[in-house]
Amino acid sequence: MTHRLPIAAALLLALAGPSAAVAGPAPLAAQGCVGCHGPEGRGAGAVPALAGRDAAELQALLNAFRSGDRPATIMTRIVPGYSEEELAAVAAHFAGLR
Amino acid sequence: MLLPALLAAPALARAQGQARLVVVGGGFGGASAARFARMTAPEVAVTLIEPQPRFITCPYGNLVLGGLRDIESIAFGYERLAARGVRVVQDRALGIDPVARTVRLGGGDTLGYDRLILSPGIALRWNAIEGYDAAAAEMMPHAWIAGDGAQLRLLRRQLQALPEGGVVGIAIPPNPFRCPPGPYERISMIAAWLKRHRPRAKILALDAKERFSKQPLFQDAWRALYGGMIEWVPGNVDGRVVRVEPGAGVLETELGTRHRVDVANVIPPQSAAAVALDSGLADRTGWVPVDFRTFEARNAPGIHVIGDANQPGPMPKSGFVANNTAKQAVASALAALRGTAPPEGVYFNTCYSHVADDYGISIVGLFRPNADGSAVEESRDAGGTSPRGDLPEQRRLEARYADGWYESITADMFS
Repeated sequence: MTHRLPIAAALLLALAGPSAAVAGPAPLAAQGCVGCHGPEGRGAGAVPALAGRDAAELQALLNAFRSGDRPATIMTRIVPGYSEEELAAVAAHFAGLR
Repeated sequence: MLLPALLAAPALARAQGQARLVVVGGGFGGASAARFARMTAPEVAVTLIEPQPRFITCPYGNLVLGGLRDIESIAFGYERLAARGVRVVQDRALGIDPVARTVRLGGGDTLGYDRLILSPGIALRWNAIEGYDAAAAEMMPHAWIAGDGAQLRLLRRQLQALPEGGVVGIAIPPNPFRCPPGPYERISMIAAWLKRHRPRAKILALDAKERFSKQPLFQDAWRALYGGMIEWVPGNVDGRVVRVEPGAGVLETELGTRHRVDVANVIPPQSAAAVALDSGLADRTGWVPVDFRTFEARNAPGIHVIGDANQPGPMPKSGFVANNTAKQAVASALAALRGTAPPEGVYFNTCYSHVADDYGISIVGLFRPNADGSAVEESRDAGGTSPRGDLPEQRRLEARYADGWYESITADMFS
């Protein structure tokens, strides 16, 4: 598939996020998420699934947790510690999973 | 093909054959590391060394004591990791030669590595409490290293044999130790079981410390749910157990008070596991100092030490931290094999505790290494514990989220 892609092209694909065909491993910042939301972001029991949701929707949720506009048991204690770039990467990663 | 593999190809192609990543220990750190390595670097040969044929998690062991889980539901095999291409070697790592880059195994084999991920867990410091050795643990279980599950089963059987009105003694060690909220979740889960089956029994918790993780939340819940069943004795009120008499069921504290109990759960002081000590990786504290960017042992570059065996700075010795930092360690090891810089680290922890079946509490922490890897700093913008107060829906939800966490993190290790 992408075996013979030049490195620059592969990097572009990886950075392109949800629209890219490449569903690589989660960026390291997203590894904190998988602890509860699962390695494929499918959720478990009461923990909601993230995989395949719209990146903008995920980003809006994260922003609402960060501002405290959306109450939560735990997410409001997590999100404010991450940078904008990390949150964008996290949203793009899970949006790109099925 | 995955991006890291693509970047890796030129550097790794120069090596003699496949690069070899050896992982010692198949728990939260090691199993996570082996799985993550297979997912992100299919070109690297991954070997996992673990003496047990399956892993019984310490997390949720307390729920077995509470009667909310059975032990089979917290046991995991390595078959799926093997199916992913991890070479699983059922043996014990006895020693490491960091110069020759080899691991010596109990069965007599020696395995070479290019990078080692060492996640061996803890050892119990026998006789740090006078009289508490391996033989004593057969009468006064610790149930703090899961092993084959015998310790947890023993403690469960002892609780089931407790006479009505009897006393369960729990000895709790000073910091640092594996799973800071663990002893207090255990108190809670034993209380949950007693409330149902031995409502007049008592728990006497003898602690070497004056403070503990999520303390106000635990103590609020104990008052609300378990009335006068739990007595917690801090170190400054003679709570530190210094001596045991297993035959007589006696826990003796610092000032010579002898507590006769019907069941004794002794959680003794701990160190990094034997292989880390015997290989000279630990310092005088008994734990392994690491570079917080890569988790390489300070005195042995090329050996990444993760999980409860390292000195984690402000991070807790938790399964979540072991799982999370395993990925940074593996990514750093792969970067070193490729001659590139390690990735920027951001480490995350959530520790849920069950206080009752439908009552969960949590603590969260987000951590970043400093520029030279000499320290790790906790974010001031995030983290903290669940709020206090009468919040039944929050407690109920957190108990269910804890169950989701358990399902997800074990999938991230063993699926």
